[in-house]
Amino acid sequence: MSVFIIRRLLQSGVVVIIMSFIVFSGVFLIGDPVEILVSDDADQEEREEMIKSMGLDKPFLVQYGIFVSKALKGNLGESFVFNEPALLLILDRMPATMELAVVSLMIAIIFGIPLGVWAGLKPESWASKSIMTGSILGFSLPTFWVGIMMILFFAVMLGWLPSTGRGDVQVILGMPISIFSWDGFSHVLMPAVNLALFKLSMVIRLARAGTREVLHQDYIKFAKAKGLQESRIILVHVMKNILIPVVTVLGLEFGGLVAFSVVTETVFAWPGMGKLLIDSIGLLDRPIIVAYLMIIVFLFVFINLVVDILYSILDPRVRLQDVKS
Amino acid sequence: MTQKPTLDVKDLRTYFFTKGGVAKAVDGITFSIAPGKVLGLVGESGSGKTVTGFSILGLVDQPGRVVGGEILYRGEDLNKVSAERMRELRGVNISMIFQDPMMTLNPVLRIDTQMIEAIRAHEKVSKEIARQRARDALGQVGIASPDERLRAYPHQFSGGMRQRVAIAIALLNKPDLIVADEPTTALDVTIQGQILYEVQKLCSQTGTALIWITHDLSVVAGLADQICVMYAGKIVESGEVNAVLDNPMHPYTHGLITSVPSKNKRGAPLSQIPGMAPSLLNLPKGCAFAPRCKWSNSNCQEQPDMRLAPENRRLLCHNPIEYNNDNFSQETS
Repeated sequence: MSVFIIRRLLQSGVVVIIMSFIVFSGVFLIGDPVEILVSDDADQEEREEMIKSMGLDKPFLVQYGIFVSKALKGNLGESFVFNEPALLLILDRMPATMELAVVSLMIAIIFGIPLGVWAGLKPESWASKSIMTGSILGFSLPTFWVGIMMILFFAVMLGWLPSTGRGDVQVILGMPISIFSWDGFSHVLMPAVNLALFKLSMVIRLARAGTREVLHQDYIKFAKAKGLQESRIILVHVMKNILIPVVTVLGLEFGGLVAFSVVTETVFAWPGMGKLLIDSIGLLDRPIIVAYLMIIVFLFVFINLVVDILYSILDPRVRLQDVKS
Repeated sequence: MTQKPTLDVKDLRTYFFTKGGVAKAVDGITFSIAPGKVLGLVGESGSGKTVTGFSILGLVDQPGRVVGGEILYRGEDLNKVSAERMRELRGVNISMIFQDPMMTLNPVLRIDTQMIEAIRAHEKVSKEIARQRARDALGQVGIASPDERLRAYPHQFSGGMRQRVAIAIALLNKPDLIVADEPTTALDVTIQGQILYEVQKLCSQTGTALIWITHDLSVVAGLADQICVMYAGKIVESGEVNAVLDNPMHPYTHGLITSVPSKNKRGAPLSQIPGMAPSLLNLPKGCAFAPRCKWSNSNCQEQPDMRLAPENRRLLCHNPIEYNNDNFSQETS
């Protein structure tokens, strides 16, 4: 297993290097930050100085070389706008996004698995059919529209939940967390549900398909022949088998949840990384965009590794080993 | 045969209500089995053997349903008991061994989990005692170092070992009746021999009645006391195993026996029953075997009645192969 992990880490290193080049050159194509950052009434000399201070006067490959050598020391560049290290700016916003993503994931799991299993057990009942229809809506309605509708309904018309911001924040284990106070919770609820909707629909469908498949296996019939309680058959024999695909997909989707919470964060003015990214794209603040994308690359690589390990715990037939060894 | 039967099945009917029509998978079968005895249930694929087994345990899946008849287990009609009572009986009084050992054990649960839960579903015993009993059961079916094997997952066992584990699970709660659905079909011949021997030993020791479902006549010949031959959902011939196999009266039984390779001369083509088993959705009128039967005549257009033959044999045929035809009598019921 340790051989497997070492090899995976090496592969991950290659992925990160390739991604850094793609990201860096990609950002180069999207516009000249000088036009936005230098004020209109600056003269030529001030302008030159500005370009020099941002390091934009050097050729592309040299700039990339400087970026890599700094990045290896843990410095992903300084924001043009805030004049602060981009990494710190992003990490500062990260807990808010992580909290949102984790709460969404929880919602997707806690509601998705039972609903999906139910729909799989009784596929003909009208409740199951409504669950499945609901999941189609969850898949197909655009996130931003649902978010706006939720604000309209719960914040504006009913006035139950606040529409923007993060609310009370408590520092737990050195991280600001809002879910443990009522005010914070009421703030996180709507964006989290909004973000969870798509994943929820997916979990329902996966759990339903898994249940339908597992129920017809011989080992379920054998479990019945052993005289087990229905509840044990479903909670242990069925559940453990359907968790395998659910964990795989959810693990991979968690990266997406973090990376693409951009829309939800913008709609609900949630002070997370996604919002920072959108603002930075607007200002062509290249170091932040690059640093953000690099962090997301790291996140995906890391999550993939965790999913592989989790997978081997859930499914004993999977042993983490190298094909060659 | 003065002993009270463990299981007494009367006129059992299990139908499948499909879109293409009603498939009468089991259509009015009657048999009984006494403690410590082995009943061989023989027939081609699709003749209703497995459905009979599932009907006894109340495990027939939709769209199938037991629509009639009685399944008397020690006088209790299993068709009429509550779902909870049926669950209590399953695994304790009646257990089942399935055909494919690769599929019967849950791949993601350890052997000990799957054995201990089978005990603790029925008895309030501590995990340690249950584990103890699971270990003993594994030892009983000839699995070496059972302590170690308990902690393994199914994929770490070979097919033969898995079937032993499944048999050990079936034996855990010392059932009165075991339904074994072709348990050795998926195994190679040497393993099959060992398992047959062990199952036979266990049944005679504990007085467990055994229904052995198979299509292998040689297995039945060596193992069973009674034999029931099924064709298209009906038992066409039943009786003492030696009597039936030595002197088959039903043309279908006769055909099955002459199809056994060892009965044929070396180099000669194997004899076979012409045609193929009919679809249950489209059974021929009258005797279902008539189109394939070389003795069939116009009488066979009507469904034959069950007749009694000497030596307690029963037969479903208008034109039985006659050994001493005078002794036939029409069953009155």
